[in-house]
Amino acid sequence: MAEAPKIPDEAETRARWGAFAWTDENQTKANEILGRYPKGREQSASLPLLDLAQRQVGAETQTQGWLPVPVIEFVARQIGVPYMRVYEVVSFYTMFNMAPVGRYHVQVCGTTPCLLGGSDDVLSACKNKGLIKGRTTPDGMFTLTEVECLGACANAPMVQINDDNFEDLDYDKTTAILEALATGGTVTPGSQTGRRDSCAAGGPTNLVAMVDENHDYRGEWG
Amino acid sequence: MLADKDRIFTNVYGFQPWNLDAAIKRGDWDDTKGLMARGQDALIDAVKASGLRGRGGAGFPTGTKWSFMPKEPKADRPNFLVINADESEPGSCKDREIIRHDPHKLIEGALIAGFAMRARAAYIYIRGEYIREAEVLFAAIAEAYDKGLIGKNACGSGYDFDVFCHRGAGAYICGEETAMLESLEGKKGQPRLKPPFPAGAGLYGCPTTVNNVESIAVVPTILRRSPEWFASFGAENNRGTKLFQISGHVNKPCVVEEAMSITFRELIETHCGGIRGGWDNLLAVIPGGSSVPLVPAAEIMDCPMDFDGLKKVGSGLGTAAIIVMDKSTDIVRAISRLSYFYKHESCGQCTPCREGTGWMWRVMERMRTGDADISEIDTLYQVTKQVEGHTICALGDAAAWPIQGLIKHFRPEMERRITEKRGGGLSPMMEAAE
Repeated sequence: MAEAPKIPDEAETRARWGAFAWTDENQTKANEILGRYPKGREQSASLPLLDLAQRQVGAETQTQGWLPVPVIEFVARQIGVPYMRVYEVVSFYTMFNMAPVGRYHVQVCGTTPCLLGGSDDVLSACKNKGLIKGRTTPDGMFTLTEVECLGACANAPMVQINDDNFEDLDYDKTTAILEALATGGTVTPGSQTGRRDSCAAGGPTNLVAMVDENHDYRGEWG
Repeated sequence: MLADKDRIFTNVYGFQPWNLDAAIKRGDWDDTKGLMARGQDALIDAVKASGLRGRGGAGFPTGTKWSFMPKEPKADRPNFLVINADESEPGSCKDREIIRHDPHKLIEGALIAGFAMRARAAYIYIRGEYIREAEVLFAAIAEAYDKGLIGKNACGSGYDFDVFCHRGAGAYICGEETAMLESLEGKKGQPRLKPPFPAGAGLYGCPTTVNNVESIAVVPTILRRSPEWFASFGAENNRGTKLFQISGHVNKPCVVEEAMSITFRELIETHCGGIRGGWDNLLAVIPGGSSVPLVPAAEIMDCPMDFDGLKKVGSGLGTAAIIVMDKSTDIVRAISRLSYFYKHESCGQCTPCREGTGWMWRVMERMRTGDADISEIDTLYQVTKQVEGHTICALGDAAAWPIQGLIKHFRPEMERRITEKRGGGLSPMMEAAE
């Protein structure tokens, strides 16, 4: 399949990641995660531990991280299940990267609500900045992925870059964000038109009292 | 318009902080012990009396669902509450607002609902892409533990109840309740065959109820204000208030809480500044998230936005995620993009869905460009009928319905593209097979 990730050479991967182990900080987090599930149900921790491992790989490589085979094997040992049970989880969920990604993972939502809002313009802004779907730029800065609905439809079109959402975009705003990231400038997540989250543009049509004070409506219940 | 005093999610836009102190000032965690002291059966009866129907899309009566749970759980098979925050239906963005701006309504609701169904713990399964939202939820849960609101002797009620947050990792199908349980057990999110239903054997084989975030988060307010108050909104059988999410071609897309059964026109005029280009410019509306069939402009305009009203026009309320399309929309492309979504999100377990979603998308793409034969519209319709109802979960149905809605209402548009592509309505020239 054209969109299948190109998995790096296994010998190289083993040499680089064969000795993967939690950092002290992540060991604490891993223990906390395992504590959420009943005894004997450690497999439940596979998703959160894989996420933690991917973040650690990302921190070590200055990227958004991925899951080399030895790291998947490490997670499998942590929860005491066969490697294949964890590998199939990695390949099933879209947030686990099976190949390296760049420093910024640009995930453009292209599903219908964003499409109606103008995600074509967002994608063409990415294209004109040299980002190609499914690939990482040669300088290792950006990986572009078209993803399915990210659940910010009232603020369409949107893009998720690393852990943050950028919403209410158009061509120029997308270009500006990519340029700022490329040059180390600052960007502000959230709505790019200045409206308050999913509140209607131009101010709320309801709950106006909440804007200036933490209003308690119980006195008006009657 | 619904009066502000009757809104449950008063901090839906996040103008005020989400944290515990602010939430308590808004009325959350107010004598939760007293609410619990009413007794488990009384709580379930109150939710039944309120007429609350599940807010995740299917609309099953919430109180009735709770009553299916065993009344005397065994020590080695505790009851579990799983809260579905895997909001991935295209168009839906309401649970996100609850979690990031009013998480304590959800946590308090989890305690009360969990107590009512005699659960040992609640797992809140939040979609992996809601990273910042999950951070808020983790922090809110930690606050509640610190203050003794949950955990051992929750709120001083003598009842032990844990709340855990579990992050997903990017799979639409995990919003299906049994796929969610598989995913919570650390496996691929492939739906289970039912029966057994989760209330009999769910998470870790124990009795489990899966509820949507909004269904749980409204419960404390319903109990405080009385079931009759909640039932005073909306038409018979469609009671209560609801978070509507409007996206697409309206002047001001937003998320807003309104009474059920509000008409589409009133909702859009009051909160969204009208349709872009005026009401004459409205083409069609997908009223309940991508999985329900679209409704043409003329039928939707004065339709009440509730379960029964939208069923009458051949669609459904779903999650009340309203996708509005004006006359500039390439309607075939809009639906084809949904077909791509379902192709991408099919878990691959059942053949009709795994193969059918890809097939339907490829044909829809040809319909979009007009590179098809008119008879293929009927073939496409037949295939959607063969996918629908022949899969373990409802994703097959969800992939079929948008296409069926398109063919039902926009067949002339599809035919026009095909004939125009051929240059003027003539049937294709037969070429000699040499």
